[in-house]
Order: sequence, then C-alpha cells, then structure tokens
Amino acid sequence: MTTTATSAGSAGPAVGFDPRTAIGTLELKNPVLTASGCAAAGRELGRLYDVAALGAVVTKSILRDARSGRPTPRMAETPSGMLNSIGLQGPGIDAFLAHDLPWLRDHGATAVVSIAGNDAAEFAELAGRLVDEPGVGAVEVNISCPNVANRGLVFACDPGSSAEVVSGVVDVVGGRVPVLAKLSPDVTDIVAIARACLDHGADGLAMVNTTLGMVVDTDTMRPVLAGVTGGLSGPAIRPIAVRCVWQVHAAMRRGDLRTAPIVGIGGILTGLDALQFVLAGASAVQVGTSTFHDPSAPLRVGAELAQALAARGFAGVADAVGHAHTVLAREGAR
Amino acid sequence: MSAVTGPAPAGVPAAETLGARDRRPDPVQVRCAVLANEPDGAYRRLVLDAGEAARRALPGQFAALAVGEPPTAMLLRRAVSIHAATPGDRRFDGADTLEIVVAPHGPGTEWVTRRRAGDVLDVVAPLGRPFPAPEVGAPTVLVGGGYGSAPLVWLARDLRDAGHRVDVVLGAASRDKLFGLEEAAAVVGPDLVHVTTDDGSAGLRGRVTDALAPLARDGVVVYACGPMAMLRAVHEVAAGAGGTSWLAVEESMACGIGVCMTCVLPVRGEDGVTRMTRSCVEGPTFDGDRVRWDAISIGPGGATSAVPADCLGAPVAAGKGH
Ligand SMILES: Cc1cc2nc3c(=O)[nH]c(=O)nc-3n(C[C@H](O)[C@H](O)[C@H](O)COP(=O)(O)OP(=O)(O)OC[C@H]3O[C@@H](n4cnc5c(N)ncnc54)[C@H](O)[C@@H]3O)c2cc1C
Ligand SMILES: Cc1cc2nc3c(=O)[nH]c(=O)nc-3n(C[C@H](O)[C@H](O)[C@H](O)COP(=O)(O)O)c2cc1C
Ligand code: FES
Repeated sequence: MTTTATSAGSAGPAVGFDPRTAIGTLELKNPVLTASGCAAAGRELGRLYDVAALGAVVTKSILRDARSGRPTPRMAETPSGMLNSIGLQGPGIDAFLAHDLPWLRDHGATAVVSIAGNDAAEFAELAGRLVDEPGVGAVEVNISCPNVANRGLVFACDPGSSAEVVSGVVDVVGGRVPVLAKLSPDVTDIVAIARACLDHGADGLAMVNTTLGMVVDTDTMRPVLAGVTGGLSGPAIRPIAVRCVWQVHAAMRRGDLRTAPIVGIGGILTGLDALQFVLAGASAVQVGTSTFHDPSAPLRVGAELAQALAARGFAGVADAVGHAHTVLAREGAR
Repeated sequence: MSAVTGPAPAGVPAAETLGARDRRPDPVQVRCAVLANEPDGAYRRLVLDAGEAARRALPGQFAALAVGEPPTAMLLRRAVSIHAATPGDRRFDGADTLEIVVAPHGPGTEWVTRRRAGDVLDVVAPLGRPFPAPEVGAPTVLVGGGYGSAPLVWLARDLRDAGHRVDVVLGAASRDKLFGLEEAAAVVGPDLVHVTTDDGSAGLRGRVTDALAPLARDGVVVYACGPMAMLRAVHEVAAGAGGTSWLAVEESMACGIGVCMTCVLPVRGEDGVTRMTRSCVEGPTFDGDRVRWDAISIGPGGATSAVPADCLGAPVAAGKGH
C-alpha cells in the first residue's frame, strides 16, 4: 500500500556549516529557540518531536504564584498575525520546579526560563529560586508586563523600572547563568531601554515581545478580546522587530552601547526570516506564533537558517551577525 | 478492539494529564492528499490520506488543519472533529484515511471546502482527549447539533459493539444542516435515531432537548457535540434525570496542541479546584457537571468565560490581575 502522508518539517543538515552559537556563557547547539508563551514548557511539543534538538526551550513566563489569566475570548486572528491576551496564566514556580523543569532536564532540553513578577522584588525572588536548579541554562526576564507599583506601567517602557528589575535579578544570579532582558517594541527609544538593561548587568537582550493592538467585532460592535487590548505577534510584526534589532546592534557598533548578544524575536516563520534578524545583529532567534501554524517551525527554521547561511558562504552563525551593517558601511565607504 | 478509552477526569493539571495514566496517542504532523471532497447537505465531507494520524485516532479527537496557500496570512489552524478514521480503507486502495465534515463558516473553512482531490493539506492529528467510556451496560444517548454529529457516528458504533443501548438525537436549524442521519440509522437502527429541526423541515419541530428528555433516565450517559447553548441545555436535562453528560466544546483555538492557553474555560478538576482549563488537551470533551456554567455567558457572538472568583490563581483584588 502506498501513502502520500509524509512527516512534515524536515530539511537536511547544511554540510560543513557550524550551527553553534552562544548567549553569554550559554552555548547553544543551534541558534533557534522557542519563544516564551508559545511552547509552554516543552512537554506538548515533545509529543511531536525531540525538543533536545532545539537551540533551547524558552518557557512560558513563570510567576511566583498560580495565576488564572484573563477571561475569554483571549485571541483573535489578524492578517499574518494574531492578538492574544492570556494574562500570564500559569501554575506558579513551585509547580514549575516540581513538574516542568525536571521534564525538560530528563529530555535533554536546554531550558531558558522566562520569569515575570509584579515588582522588582518578585523577579529577584524567582531568579533566586531558579539559579541553582540543574537544567536552567539562562533566565529571561520578561519586563514587558505591568508594574503593579507603578500604575500598571509596563516595566520595559521605562528605563528606570527596567534597570531596577534587571539589577535585582543580576545581583541574585551572580553570573551563574546568563540573564536576558526581554524588551517591548512599544517604546520611543529602544536603545535607551537596552542601555538601562545592559548597564545594570544584563548579559543579553531578547527582542521583541508583542506590540499592543486591538480588534473590534463589527457584528457585536464590541472589542473581540475580553481584555479589550492584546499583544500582536506573528509575521505582521516582523519588520518592527527587525528594526529594533537593527537599531540596538547599530548602537553597539557605534560604541554607544556595550556589546552583548541579541536574541531576535518576532514573526519568524522561515529560515530566511531568521536570517534577516541575524544580518541585522541577532546571535540567535526565537520562533513564537509560527509554532501555532506549524508545530515543527522551531526545528525547521533551524535547518533552513543553517542552509541559508551556508549558501551565502558563512562558516558559522557568528560570522553573519550584523553583516547587513557591514555591507551598508562598505557601500558608504565606496 | 474498542477505541473508547477509560474515563479520564477533566481539569487536572497538565503535568498529570500528559503523564503515564493518559492513554491518548501522540499526535503527528502529516501532509495529507485529499482523496475525495463531496457535498453533504450544507457541508462538505473530505477524505484525507492521513497515514499515521489515521492509525492513531480515537473517537472524540480532532484534527488541526493549516489553511491558505503558503505563505498564508491565516496563521492559525482550524480545528475539525474527526468523523471517521479508517486504516486500510478499501474505498481508497487501502489508504489510511481520516474523514472530516466541514461547514463553510469564514475564510479558513471556506478554503478547506474548496480543496480538490489531489490537493495536499497540512494536518496535525489526532488531538484532544477521546470520548471516555461509560459504565458497563449503561444506556447512552448521543446528541449532535448540526455538524456536531460528525464525531458521534463513530462513537455510536463503538458503544453498540461494546453492548450499550445507543439512541442518537440529531438536531439542526433545518433539514440541510442535519448531518449523519443515514449513517447513524445504519449503526443503531432507524428507530433509535431521533431528529429535531427548528423549522420542522425534518423530524420533530423543536430542540434536541425535546427528544432527549424522554430518553434521559437515571444512569444515562449522554454524549453531546454542538453549540455551547445546546451543550448547556443537554447537561441540564441529563443532570436533572440523574445522568452524566460528556460535552465536546468548541472554543477558539490558536494552537490546538496545548501550548498557547487561548482555548480555556473554567472547569472544576477531580480535586474540586476550578482552573481555566485548556479545551484542546484536557478537552474538547468535558464532564457537564464540572463545567462552571455560572461563569460562562452565551451571546450572539458565541460563548465567553469569566474567571470565577474561586478559580485557581484568580485575581485577588480588583485591578491586580492584568
Ligand atoms: C474541537 C473543535 C471541533 C470542531 N469541529 C468542526 C467540524 O467538525 N466541522 C466544522 O465545520 N467546524 C468545526 N469546528 C469549528 C471550526 O474550527 C471553525 O468554524 C473554524 O475555525 C472557523 O474558521 P474560519 O476561518 O472559517 O472562520 P473565521 O471566523 O474567519 O475564523 C477566525 C478565527 O477564529 C477561530 N474560530 C472562529 N470560529 C470558531 C469556532 N466555532 N471554533 C473554533 N475556532 C473558531 C478560527 O480558528 C480562526 O482562528 C470545530 C472547532 C473546534 C474547536
Ligand atoms: C499566546 C502568546 C503568549 C505569550 N506569552 C508570553 C509570555 O508569557 N512571556 C513573554 O515574554 N512573551 C510571551 N509572548 C510573546 C512571544 O514570546 C514573542 O515575543 C512574540 O509573540 C513575538 O514573536 P512571534 O511573532 O514569533 O510570536 C507570547 C506570545 C503569544 C502569541
Ligand atoms: S489552543 Fe493553544 S492551548 Fe489550546
């Protein structure tokens, strides 16, 4: 009997290409990670493929206490994207340490644990609980959530709040694992926020989180989301995300900003999408919303990116980081 | 082999449901050739060459289809119930087939209904918890609203083979929106198929609950699939008669595989604690007695869920959650 059914999402290895990359002291076998909130804690994707083959699994943001999240509807599809207002639903750090981290460890996955808190002290507490746990490869600080103490203003929209959270986490972690600060694109000057995070000890930047959006239902004539506004993600935001990476990497090249690894995030669906981020200045990338379209996307993008880099004559990822800046500079010099 | 799995509680933490005691098959992602696409009343019935997905599927599970020509602007998959899974399907040269029934609703499902034989669909299946088995010997009633009967015919066959009495209630707005009448009659016999339509164009004029009420008695196990308002009404009739209801809900899903937390509704777990529970992995079938109907509003735009104050992790003070 013949069947046309084939397993989706396979692309062969790029011969002679070194796919390894690093985020500070964390060595990654390849530069493509899942994005927070788009892969839970790896277990569900593990039913479809081996999550150890991913650059890393970035967990849903972990909170201190269990949180129910928002009422429904929590999502709306938009052209080449989606809005979500999940409200950081999760069981809290105790359940994460008891059930999820051991699973990731047992399955050989590199875990980047995303954390979120209501105030700087909560972030630091979470980082303290995580840092000595075996299997935690890095901590990603999701400062793109509201600061309860500061009128609900998103930490990542204010350099002072960003710095406070990051320095608290960095102090507790004490260099034992890299600390990444995850930035919001909803700011006037992304370089100023990046500077606040790097000046206060962040080892790298993850950029970007979703951008705020909204959809109105023209039949019911009310907002679609129960939370009214939500985070826009997917290919629709990719140009914004590439621009943010470009601006921050450019500031590093100019010497306006300490040089540190950037993890590019936003609308990556293919290897060439990921390549845009690398050329703009990212050392690694995360695949989020595309995982909903194609669960194998984080794996497939890894293979496609390696092929695309090899085809352009790069021997390794590091050689290509920020290459678009070099090309532009060369043109300017001519 | 009976494909119906043992009872499994709704709303238990992910770590538990995905553990060893969960007998669900793992899903696979497959590129499936369309083998047939035929009209069936107001719907289209598609047969897919689905390989391993067809060999693994159990009644009550669903498939998530990628829609649109790549690179599509419709990023999210569309969930459809699996109507039948036939490994070694003789009608199609022994291919392992999945059948789905699709109502053209918006752009995504319309695109699916336009697929022709030979076209390829990217499918993730089988997903979700299969229908749980009833107590040995319990009388059963299967209630389908519109295309909601799609997953029920398969279940009817398994229940019949396991020795249960199986009544089937099919309801729809009008005759063309009924699905599965002949197939259900072939499985349980025409006398045990009860039809209702809102406009009286077929069967009894009225609602499925009008036909369900006389069949619902102590110990009855009702399986229902259809709009939320119907599910609530079915639950009330079943519970009122001292029976159990297993309801397959239709929540908006972004991923279908349990990673995004969009498809939740408030459900009380085995431990009595209410959680915002993912319908794509802990469901789509839930025990009607465990659904927090007090927090669910059913309006013209569909069902929406509030977070009950006693839900795990509910905001403590007004304005604290975000
Ligand atoms: C478990 C399950 C089983 C289902 N079984 C079937 C079936 O057997 N046959 C069938 O025809 N339909 C079924 N549906 C409903 C089907 O998934 C929706 O009609 C479809 O997603 C609508 O997509 P659209 O592009 O046509 O409409 P649009 O309204 O344009 O969709 C926009 C977005 O909203 C979501 N959405 C809209 N309506 C629904 C809905 N009712 N349920 C879930 N998501 C929705 C879509 O996924 C999409 O992301 C099922 C849904 C679920 C959750
Ligand atoms: C459903 C959903 C949930 C998310 N949850 C989180 C989260 O918990 N923490 C976080 O830092 N980012 C979260 N994000 C943002 C993503 O990690 C990512 O930054 C963003 O979606 C842009 O990338 P993408 O276009 O590849 O999805 C979430 C995104 C989506 C779509
Ligand atoms: S649809 Fe994503 S968790 Fe259920």
